[in-house]
Amino acid sequence: MFRKVLRIGLDSGLSNRGLRTRRGGFTLDWDAKVSEFKKKIECILPGKQWEEPYDTSHLPPKQSDVVIVGGGILGLSVAFWLKKLENRRGAIRVLVVEQDHTFCVCFSQYSRASSTGPSVGGIWQQFSVPENVQLSLFSINFLRNINEYLAVVDAPLVDLRFNPSGCLLLASEKDAATLENNVKMQRQEGAKVCLMSPEQLQNKFPWINTEGVALASYGMEDEGWFDAWSLLQGLRRKVQSMGVLLYQGEVTSFITSSSQMQTPSGEQVVLRRINKVHVKMDKSLEYQPVECAAVINAAGPWSGQIAELAGIGKGLPGTLQGTKLPVEPRKRYVHLWHCPQGPGLETPLVADISGVYFRREGLGSNYLGGYSPTEEEEPDPTNLEVDHDFFQNKVWPHLVQRVPSFKTLKVQRAWAGYYDYNTFDQNGVVGPHPLVVNMYFATGFSGRGLQHAPGIGRAVAEMVLDGQFNTIDMSPFLFTRFYLGEKLQEYNIL
Amino acid sequence: MGFLRLGAREWNGRARGIRSMSEPVTPDSSRKKRTLLQFLSDYFHDIHALREYLLRKQILKGNRKNRSFADIQEKYGPYVTGALFILKQGGAVKYDSCHERMFQNKEWIRPNEHGHFPTEFLEFRKVPVEAVDASGCAINYQGMSNLPVPLKELRFLSLQRCPNVDDWCLSRLYLLADSLQELSLAGCPQVSERGLACLHHLQSLRRLDISDLPAVSHPGLTQILVEEMLPHCEVLGTDWAQGLKLEPDQQPQNTPAVSP
Repeated sequence: MFRKVLRIGLDSGLSNRGLRTRRGGFTLDWDAKVSEFKKKIECILPGKQWEEPYDTSHLPPKQSDVVIVGGGILGLSVAFWLKKLENRRGAIRVLVVEQDHTFCVCFSQYSRASSTGPSVGGIWQQFSVPENVQLSLFSINFLRNINEYLAVVDAPLVDLRFNPSGCLLLASEKDAATLENNVKMQRQEGAKVCLMSPEQLQNKFPWINTEGVALASYGMEDEGWFDAWSLLQGLRRKVQSMGVLLYQGEVTSFITSSSQMQTPSGEQVVLRRINKVHVKMDKSLEYQPVECAAVINAAGPWSGQIAELAGIGKGLPGTLQGTKLPVEPRKRYVHLWHCPQGPGLETPLVADISGVYFRREGLGSNYLGGYSPTEEEEPDPTNLEVDHDFFQNKVWPHLVQRVPSFKTLKVQRAWAGYYDYNTFDQNGVVGPHPLVVNMYFATGFSGRGLQHAPGIGRAVAEMVLDGQFNTIDMSPFLFTRFYLGEKLQEYNIL
Repeated sequence: MGFLRLGAREWNGRARGIRSMSEPVTPDSSRKKRTLLQFLSDYFHDIHALREYLLRKQILKGNRKNRSFADIQEKYGPYVTGALFILKQGGAVKYDSCHERMFQNKEWIRPNEHGHFPTEFLEFRKVPVEAVDASGCAINYQGMSNLPVPLKELRFLSLQRCPNVDDWCLSRLYLLADSLQELSLAGCPQVSERGLACLHHLQSLRRLDISDLPAVSHPGLTQILVEEMLPHCEVLGTDWAQGLKLEPDQQPQNTPAVSP
């Protein structure tokens, strides 16, 4: 059945999808190119009217080997690793298209803000899926040696302002066994996590109220939070120095071509290939068709729309053609409050049983925190307006119950950002699509994209360049699981 | 040339003043003059590639000094590994004084000005190292794995003026939670208050020196918070009144008399 198709799609890709580009070669549409050339010569010849050729320097190039849709942390990470892992210097031409280069949180209708800017910036290794733990470990290694990876001559060093304060996960009676198993798995992978009983917790952090807590897991090292903005800027500077082109624009359509193929068992299947990407310039109607060999969908919350443009999901439901990319934008709030009697300098990133999380911010008794709502309580994602009642009703009661000294807190600011929420199993999608053969995904990480970005970028770059995952095996994250119905559930989602 | 470049880094002094490492030497060149190499690299890709290569080599050199001593650890045991690593970097070690009958002098073992050090300690595989003075050494996070991991009974650690010790290194110190009693971080240019926050694991600490840390943004406030975090520890730092503004009618001699 279609399972064989999927294997075909991946297997044949392994041999001829290795993208070692060679310059030159024939392009399609030879006749149009010849007539364009003839027109240009006619302009220059004496006796004809001199019409200046149209200045297109502000548009993206007409050709690029890889087009990355989305210039946030995931898109830039993929661009960085593509240029780092290429065989020869300058072998791959990469173009990154981003809608909003300022990355600020715009409080407008239909705001297309990136999710990297407003993020809380935490990184921890306490996951239930082993690949997530490996991704986190690689990411923390990357962040630690950030100035080796992102060193640019004459540029200042990247200062991530990393707080190595660790992460504390609390579990109730019914989740205690799962937590213990997870911690065992994490320690096997190499994370430095320890389990604490409620008494030990009370001793170590006297400001916690341990009522309802049966077990807690605490990361001793390699966990904490950092400044996402400086990482983004550092990555941008480095990829620009490596020769990646960054353009501000919007991808409006894909020009695809399809071909009929046959599986060994004789079934017909239609494989599509993206030939051109139409990039529309900001605030104008101009667009540039960019010919490309591979497209990487790293558009974050908007990845679902980009996938629909490529024809993913247009078919009968229940078939492979009809399986949509289940990533949609979900609004999440982050609140900043001030509490002079709050927990001290040793406070880790605390994630409570109820789903509320908070961490310290700076030296001045400020704290950042948020809450992941249940499905019924989801705020409306059409804009980035903050609902202040949300904090009052949903976050504050749980905070006070866990940390009694937060009773006197005062909210200073709040902002909102989008999660690229995967409605299927809240875990990311990585790798190629089985039918649209040159679209690769790097999205859907539902709030963990920032901390896993270096690892994901490397995995996608390996898939594009070598056709397989070399370092971390991300095959559980492939697109095909949406069709096969295999959920990769993550226990704790912040 | 090597030590001159190190000199430029120390002169700049500010935490973020560790400028581009492939620049030739003067304290002002980063700000005012452009060198010939910089000028040429704007015009020629080859020179640009050369500068990138030099930058990478600089980084690798730093890493080589801090490589892991795993093979020595297998042969000689953890204490000798740690001691050897410190002595090679230019620091000093002191052994546990209750075993002093094995030693003629119960003093610090230090390398002399040529970098040679006595090798008697190679015999003492079972003797725990008590104190390490790594002032001014080029130890970084990689090298820290050679330090707290093998040396479990370390009581005194001095990391004064180490240019590469940063917040990441401090997060490794939790392994010494049971034994470490004195820690000195004075003068480290890359340690900030974020690294100091993870010292809360060291509950046996009795003396902590955090004076003269240029990367800490509010030294007085940080000291108060650290004192709250480690109630049994004596924290030596800057005068906590530093940063408080004098009232206009007060004379400069009347600085607040309460100081640790």
